[in-house]
Amino acid sequence: MPARDYIRVLYLDLSTRQVEVRQRADLSAYMGGAGVAVKLLSETIRPDLEVFDPAQPIILAIGPLSTIFPVITKTVAAFRSPLTGEFGESHAGGRIAYALSHAGYDALIITGRAEQPIYVRIHDNRIEFCDAGTIWGTDVLEAGRILRNLNPAPGHRSIIRIGPAGENLVRYANVNVETYRHFGRLGLGAVFGSKNLKAIVTIGTHHFPLGEFGREYRKVYAAVYRKVTETDLMEKYHELGTPMNLIPLNGVGALPTRNLQAARFEEAEAISGEALAEENLMFTRACTGCPIGCIHVALLRQPFGEPDWYHFDSSLVAYDYELIYALGSMLGVGDRQDLLMLIQESDLAGLDAISTGVTLAWATEALERGLISAEELGVELNFGNARAYRRAIRAIAQGETELARWLGRGALYAARRYGGQDFAVALGGGQGMAGYHTGPANVVGHHIGARHSHLCNAGYSIDQKFNDLSEKEIVDKLIDEEQERCMLTSLAICLFARKIYDRETVRACLASVGMPWSDEQLDELGRKVYALKLEIKRQLDYDPTETPIPRRFFETPSMKGLLSSERVERMLQAYRERVAALDV
Amino acid sequence: MPKVLSAPGMGRCIGCYSCMQACARMVYDDFSPHKSAIQVRTVGGMNGRLVANICRACPEPVPCVKACPTDALITRQGGRGMKFFKNKCIGCGLCVEACPVQVIGWDEEAERPILCIFCGQCVKFCPHDCLEMVDVEELPQWFSEDKHAG
Repeated sequence: MPARDYIRVLYLDLSTRQVEVRQRADLSAYMGGAGVAVKLLSETIRPDLEVFDPAQPIILAIGPLSTIFPVITKTVAAFRSPLTGEFGESHAGGRIAYALSHAGYDALIITGRAEQPIYVRIHDNRIEFCDAGTIWGTDVLEAGRILRNLNPAPGHRSIIRIGPAGENLVRYANVNVETYRHFGRLGLGAVFGSKNLKAIVTIGTHHFPLGEFGREYRKVYAAVYRKVTETDLMEKYHELGTPMNLIPLNGVGALPTRNLQAARFEEAEAISGEALAEENLMFTRACTGCPIGCIHVALLRQPFGEPDWYHFDSSLVAYDYELIYALGSMLGVGDRQDLLMLIQESDLAGLDAISTGVTLAWATEALERGLISAEELGVELNFGNARAYRRAIRAIAQGETELARWLGRGALYAARRYGGQDFAVALGGGQGMAGYHTGPANVVGHHIGARHSHLCNAGYSIDQKFNDLSEKEIVDKLIDEEQERCMLTSLAICLFARKIYDRETVRACLASVGMPWSDEQLDELGRKVYALKLEIKRQLDYDPTETPIPRRFFETPSMKGLLSSERVERMLQAYRERVAALDV
Repeated sequence: MPKVLSAPGMGRCIGCYSCMQACARMVYDDFSPHKSAIQVRTVGGMNGRLVANICRACPEPVPCVKACPTDALITRQGGRGMKFFKNKCIGCGLCVEACPVQVIGWDEEAERPILCIFCGQCVKFCPHDCLEMVDVEELPQWFSEDKHAG
């Protein structure tokens, strides 16, 4: 909540069941969100202990403007990533920011390990450690359903939970947030699992009067609301949603296909945002506090019984661009029903869809090349064979065989065990690539980005917007953008709204609730948070300039043509120089 | 013609809570959507439909008005719904109990009801036109002309 000169942190120790609330005035300089989460991580992370050690922390943080301005909906998680072993950061929407804020907490930090499976219930000032032995093993929908029944507070309640993948420590297990959103990518779900933590239920019912800010706040809110709903700045998220990117990216040859053996998918039309919207879209949903509603939910109809029975197992599946890429083109799956089935399967298990797709794509090629066998996995994989992929997703989530457990560590680690690192398309020490083979800025951006997400610094966008930039200019743009995004995410702003929240708007919003930050202070915040992330990465011995980039990225032409390893090397050198000059 | 709130387009609702935030912000001077006379709910989790719990602007005798021991609540012009006078309210909470659809909320700190004042702010801040201010005459009538006459 705004206009407090401290950050209210809830400390939970699952081993001792100790609960403590600290009001940390010193954290105010980090604003909130990513800034506060990263600062708390730097205080508590244990580089000397392994990733699943009970002492490793899970941190969640929101910002002072969370859900009181449109599209400021994110909660930022920070942790040590079980996938890469280094810095982990993940953002999720849903209702958790709203619930935490109204429960009265700006940040939450969880350490320790419960003896038995539990879930944590945060109801305003009341914190309970509740038995989750009965729901251990349930998929994310069933877990959500049972927890809703046990914790009635419809409309004001957040339920974040893991599925079997997190329980079984799959290194890229995610945390499901309010059914349709996730803390994805770097394996927060496995950290939950390692702590025997199935879920966190948050119910926030505190009130916060506008007080002296009423007049100005109402005015600024209305202006931002109009900008969100009446301009075309966020149109694409409102209409086709993120999948609107599929056809354009395929058109320019940037859609990773069949384990990045190609960057164009001949069946792209069939799984495009247009086709899904016309044939399968049921409705759209929003995160609490966002008038856009980018969450696109499709109907999946799976027939059962005899064909003339017309019986269907019908269910709802949320889709986004990255999921279509990872479980569609990347696996050669060009049938919408098949695609939705795979999205559903990985979602229910609590797996990150991108990493799942990248890992399965690697496994398919490794099988073709005889590095691994169908017997070892229990299923034969071929590009396009969705039923086999569904079976493999279950095997990975449950850790059914030794090979399945290696696949549960991600493509890169599996390749280190079985060979085939050249075509394990993971960057930054293990993070499966996102769906943009646009060129050097994307590859290097992924690799040097603190959380190895395409959203760290939007390299894919630099590739698409600029020609003829020098290596140094590209790297400068990447780092400048990442620092700006460190500032935006310290306010927990959804990055889809980055065009809404230009500096003038950010300053106006903050000032309207009694937080007059200057541009210089916001610059400083972005630099500081970025530097702190790099510092944590150094402590964990990660150096992108010494981490190999798999050959495949240089073998398949990108939108910008074939990547040259010399050019990438010069970019990494530019990165090394710029980072060395940073004042940490 | 006096207007009252209706929610004919909830099939278009995305669950963004902008309406609740508008009511809290514009009417109840609060950041929290708890302090809102309109409450959007999911039925059956996020997979289910969204519904709006709103004041139905009851016809006379208006139950909350009838229950009010002071004149803090009087029947609104047009004979449907109520008008609220905060300075006459003694904070007894009888209106909350009397509401047949249980949509009058309670402000624990102020000890005052949270009820619809038919101002239309929630309608203005709905991005999908789910909500509408309608003339009281357009509301469904439970009584027939005959019965009324008889």
